[in-house]
Amino acid sequence: MAKAIDSYFDDLRNTRIWRSVFRSGTGSSTLHRSLAIQQNVFLHLFSTKVRRRMLGFSATWYLGTLTFGTFLILVSTGILLMLYYHPSVPQAYADTKDLQFVVSDGLFLRNLHRWSAHAMVFLVFAHMFKVFYRGAYRSPREFNWVIGVILLLITLFLSYTGYLLPWDQLAYWAITVGSNIASAVPVVGNKVHFLMLGGNLVNANALLRFYVLHCMILPLTAILFIAVHFWRIRKDGGLYHHQSEPRTIAVDAATAAKVDQ
Amino acid sequence: MSDEKRAMPADANEINRRAFFAKLGLGSLSIATAGTAVFAYQFLSPNVLYEPSPIVNVGKPESFPEDSVTLDVNSGIYLIHAKEGFFSLSAVCTHLGCLTAWKPELGIIACPCHGSKFNREGEKIEGPAPKPLPWLRTWVNDEGDLMVDRSTTIRPMQFVRV
Repeated sequence: MAKAIDSYFDDLRNTRIWRSVFRSGTGSSTLHRSLAIQQNVFLHLFSTKVRRRMLGFSATWYLGTLTFGTFLILVSTGILLMLYYHPSVPQAYADTKDLQFVVSDGLFLRNLHRWSAHAMVFLVFAHMFKVFYRGAYRSPREFNWVIGVILLLITLFLSYTGYLLPWDQLAYWAITVGSNIASAVPVVGNKVHFLMLGGNLVNANALLRFYVLHCMILPLTAILFIAVHFWRIRKDGGLYHHQSEPRTIAVDAATAAKVDQ
Repeated sequence: MSDEKRAMPADANEINRRAFFAKLGLGSLSIATAGTAVFAYQFLSPNVLYEPSPIVNVGKPESFPEDSVTLDVNSGIYLIHAKEGFFSLSAVCTHLGCLTAWKPELGIIACPCHGSKFNREGEKIEGPAPKPLPWLRTWVNDEGDLMVDRSTTIRPMQFVRV
């Protein structure tokens, strides 16, 4: 039965339409499997070959992949939320309440967006701790660590700008406090505060600016840096694997053999 | 190859056509970059703000009994009627901009965000606030109403007598 299903897929792969889409050709040789990765616009960022051990849970705890997963959830739920949300002072709070109590499945989408945002911040930190304590940030991966720090900052700015959008008391005072922290920057602080809010107060201009940052500028910047971050994994020699571990085991085995003699 | 040799300047200080155009191109590019930065800064700074006026009419002096502290939540100011006369304080905490509140049972002004405390004259008692609450210019207009200019701070202990 399994064989019959396999041959059905082989027939599908040999159709003219399939072959016009996937140019790598059919077959399961190493070359074909490498080409399938290399010639795909999305997959070509990644290495064509990965150590089987690196795909196990213990190697990375999947923290980077899970972070990207929450980002995808945030983009898809965020686009849907945008269909009911107006970034204007009279409507923003009412729209948020409408999403919770009036729009079908709005409560689910809003909560999914909110929880994924919290999860993403947590996972970014967990991913960075794992990379740090494993020593995976060291040469030749030091530049990818720098890109990771930029992605951490983008994640935090996304959280911060999204916080204002419900336009409730919590949002208003959080952004008041946060933007006043920005004005503590020497020399340019007050200018940064003015440009960030588009005025002197958290008001209509600030809401609109934060909306544009949250829904356009920051996600697009994030996508750009995520692409570079993934591509650099391949360029820097693939997923980091802990070289010292097998050597320690080998030494231990040799010592054990000597003791036995 | 021979063309390139011919294009090389005889003297090191002399500039050839290729170097001239490279410099011209880089120069125009840097001018365009600087122009874009100025343009972006100008565009991002609004010239007209639809923010409430800094000058507030707080009403008749008679509506504030002596020894009272009144917070106007909308304008973020305190109108205080002391024995010496009237004065007004900004109610916006000098730490990170939260709205403070008057605690009549303790006779102090307290910030709910990070715990700064001030006395009735705006001087800090404790907390992270770096400066006292500023005194705001206060006067009585021709109609006999108390007016406060939130954009002008004055030295403390300047009371308005009615």
